[in-house]
Amino acid sequence: MSQEADAGGWLRLDPRMLAVAPAQEIVRFIPLLIAAVIAGGRGGGQWWWLFGALGAVVGLGVLRWLTTRYRVTAERMELRSGLLFRQHRSVPRDRIRTVDVTAKPLHRMFGLGVLRIGTGQHERGRNGELTLDAVSSAEAERLRAVLLDRSTVAPSTLDGPAGGGVELARLSWAWLRFAPLTVLGVASVGALFGGVWQLLNEAGFDVTDIGAVRGAVDWLTGRPVGVVIVAAAAVLLVTGVLGALVRYVEAWWGYRLTREPDGTLRVNRGLLTRRSVSLEERRLRGVEVDEPLLLRAGRGARLNALATGSGSGDRSALMPPAPRAAAHQVAAAVLRTPAEQAPTTRPLRRHPLAALRRRLVRAVTPAAIAVLAFWAAGARHALPYWPAVAAAAVLLPASVLLAVDRYRNLGHAVAGEHLVVGSGSLVRRTVALRRSGIIGWRVSRSVFQRAAGLATATAVTAAGAGAYEVRDCDLTAAIALTRS
Amino acid sequence: MSEQTADPVAALRQPAHRVSRRAIVWWTVRALIGWLVVLAPATVAVLVVPQRPPGAVAALVVLVLLAATHTAVMPRWRYHVHRWEATDDAVYTQAGWLNQEWRVAPMSRIQTVDTERGPLQQLFGLATVTVTTASAAGALRIEGLEVRLAGELVEQLTATTQATPGDAT
Repeated sequence: MSQEADAGGWLRLDPRMLAVAPAQEIVRFIPLLIAAVIAGGRGGGQWWWLFGALGAVVGLGVLRWLTTRYRVTAERMELRSGLLFRQHRSVPRDRIRTVDVTAKPLHRMFGLGVLRIGTGQHERGRNGELTLDAVSSAEAERLRAVLLDRSTVAPSTLDGPAGGGVELARLSWAWLRFAPLTVLGVASVGALFGGVWQLLNEAGFDVTDIGAVRGAVDWLTGRPVGVVIVAAAAVLLVTGVLGALVRYVEAWWGYRLTREPDGTLRVNRGLLTRRSVSLEERRLRGVEVDEPLLLRAGRGARLNALATGSGSGDRSALMPPAPRAAAHQVAAAVLRTPAEQAPTTRPLRRHPLAALRRRLVRAVTPAAIAVLAFWAAGARHALPYWPAVAAAAVLLPASVLLAVDRYRNLGHAVAGEHLVVGSGSLVRRTVALRRSGIIGWRVSRSVFQRAAGLATATAVTAAGAGAYEVRDCDLTAAIALTRS
Repeated sequence: MSEQTADPVAALRQPAHRVSRRAIVWWTVRALIGWLVVLAPATVAVLVVPQRPPGAVAALVVLVLLAATHTAVMPRWRYHVHRWEATDDAVYTQAGWLNQEWRVAPMSRIQTVDTERGPLQQLFGLATVTVTTASAAGALRIEGLEVRLAGELVEQLTATTQATPGDAT
């Protein structure tokens, strides 16, 4: 803390931001710079506006540093910013639910971190978040401790060992085998590939000029379609797996989940960008074990926290994709139940067979319509008949399997302090929700459900997705749930 | 998880009060306006366009029949389903017609209580009371209450929730 507060207790962001913010903007300008260098070979006039823009960006950064101030009073956290559009945001301290620190590589070089203070209020597009970009690691740690807990805590830094926390989980390199089973990896490679391609094209660079690429293209153009498809799939698969591995390592390097003495759960992770996510334990309402199809096939799972004010997504992740058994074990530790009695592993009460019928109808109907459409096209000679046969051979069994699996995963149980709900197939979800965190119930019954004697009971909560559905259970069970 | 009752529907605590009878008229008018928005342009199109596609008249007739059935059936059906009750512990609502929903929110979890009156509701002297909780998953709504009753309900709920400690999450 190289800064002193003024009379009102107002503090500035770290002065090192004067160097980091322009550097960040310059990094962002690099693609434009490259484009300008390549395009600028002919007309020399483009240089001055580029430097003008850079100067303006640097100036804005300085201005932002000069105008941003924050302070923590006994009751509130306040943030002032802006010159033309002055903002004064003020959050009661007892509304603060999460404090996250993120340090991108550039920030880390200067020992800085971006502090995000979450309040869990989602009003009209505002996410109710205060962001301090950026403060020193020590100041971030001090604020984290001050804002989340009212007693003092031994200081620890973003990269160093957490002070006095109990470790609940840490990264095991054997878990890396789950990285290729995440679809995101493949998708991210696609995005990266597309981005690079576009950048090169914009720079007026023809990719097919590269000897190796040209050679590959020439070799492929002479081959049958099947070979081309297999080759493309192989390239995509290999790059996808590599991308997933890189992504996993970047996101989860040095992962530790700890329970801090100040009553927070804390996730530290990240190779280049370090993240530290803190979650007040009294805001925790339960956990969710997610098993997307691929991960499930490899006996893996993901673990997310359901907490008021943290919503869903990246910041609720408690664990990387890991073995299912480990996920359940950590879930038990997080929920403070004995490891052998993890609520998420409880046997669930099956729902009536009518629920299976509903799942079959829903899955098979679209498949049957698709098959019929292909068949009709065949009858009108718009298509040959084989697509219809292929669709019938693939879609119909697949839809039946999907429906049966969805039914098998469907269920609920009341396990001690928790309501456990199972659902899904492509992503199997097991939610363990603390019963004291349920703030209301809904029981809805459509015409078809009434005819089948079924009901959907929905537990309403302030955490996570806000509502967790126990779908298609019998009405008596639904009523029993609302009274439990 | 033990209760097994003979009539499960009755066991789902039926809220005690019906909404105002005038709500039937309100729902009818609302449905009529909604259908008018669809049917008026469709009718004009059928009458004006010289080369109408085959079956256009039949489609319009089907649409009109659908509108008539909906407008006749929906409001009365709704009136039989819609119910509400506020006890010392919780607020209960029941709503819908084809798809029905029953909701409960404990008093200790209620955050805000609002009333709202659209132009139509004002015309019929009705109001909607909205009870919100800390969840993002939607609020309890009691539609079609008499204005005076709605005001009393809001006062009662506000008083009860203020007396209940906690931050309602």
